Amino acid sequence: MPLSKEDLEKHIKESIPDSTISIEDLRGDGDHYSATVISKSFEGKSKIEQHKMVYDSLKGKMGNELHALMLKTKTE
Amino acid sequence: MEENSIIDVSENIKNEIKSNDVVLFMKGTPVFPMCGFSAATIQVLSDIGVKFSSVNVLDSNEMREGIKKFSNWPTIPQLYVKEEFIGGCDIIKEMHETGELLELFNSRGIDVKPS
Repeated sequence: MPLSKEDLEKHIKESIPDSTISIEDLRGDGDHYSATVISKSFEGKSKIEQHKMVYDSLKGKMGNELHALMLKTKTE
Repeated sequence: MEENSIIDVSENIKNEIKSNDVVLFMKGTPVFPMCGFSAATIQVLSDIGVKFSSVNVLDSNEMREGIKKFSNWPTIPQLYVKEEFIGGCDIIKEMHETGELLELFNSRGIDVKPS
């Protein structure tokens, strides 16, 4: 069951409210996305922690419903 | 019974990352990666010229699920250096671009031979 781009964005936004999110559906199949998430809340955190915050916002969908998400996190 | 196999696999993972300085848990093998993300990570490690051992998580479902639990990380590949979880494909690629990855290997005393 693929995840829509809108749902993906909504999940991240709910978890990281101040985030600026840009998402690209790489193959147009709702299953391979590239996302850049910018948030002040990443400050002082390691890359692993930053990516984990995004994965956590997807509540277990990552690696299951959502197969591929290329992720970039930035603080500004 | 399921609990037991998870305990076993986490012992296997511990042994693996203890006995090898650089370990990549991946889908497929370095010669035949079975997923684009694993292939991209192999490419980075080859560029840097670091020796690594690899574990094909497709060989066993216990390992495939076990490594995700062990690292508390939902995706594969996963790179370990000196028993420390470094990250997945995106982080490794980014660290390679900024030079942080090479720095990491240097600081841990791991030989690299850039081609």
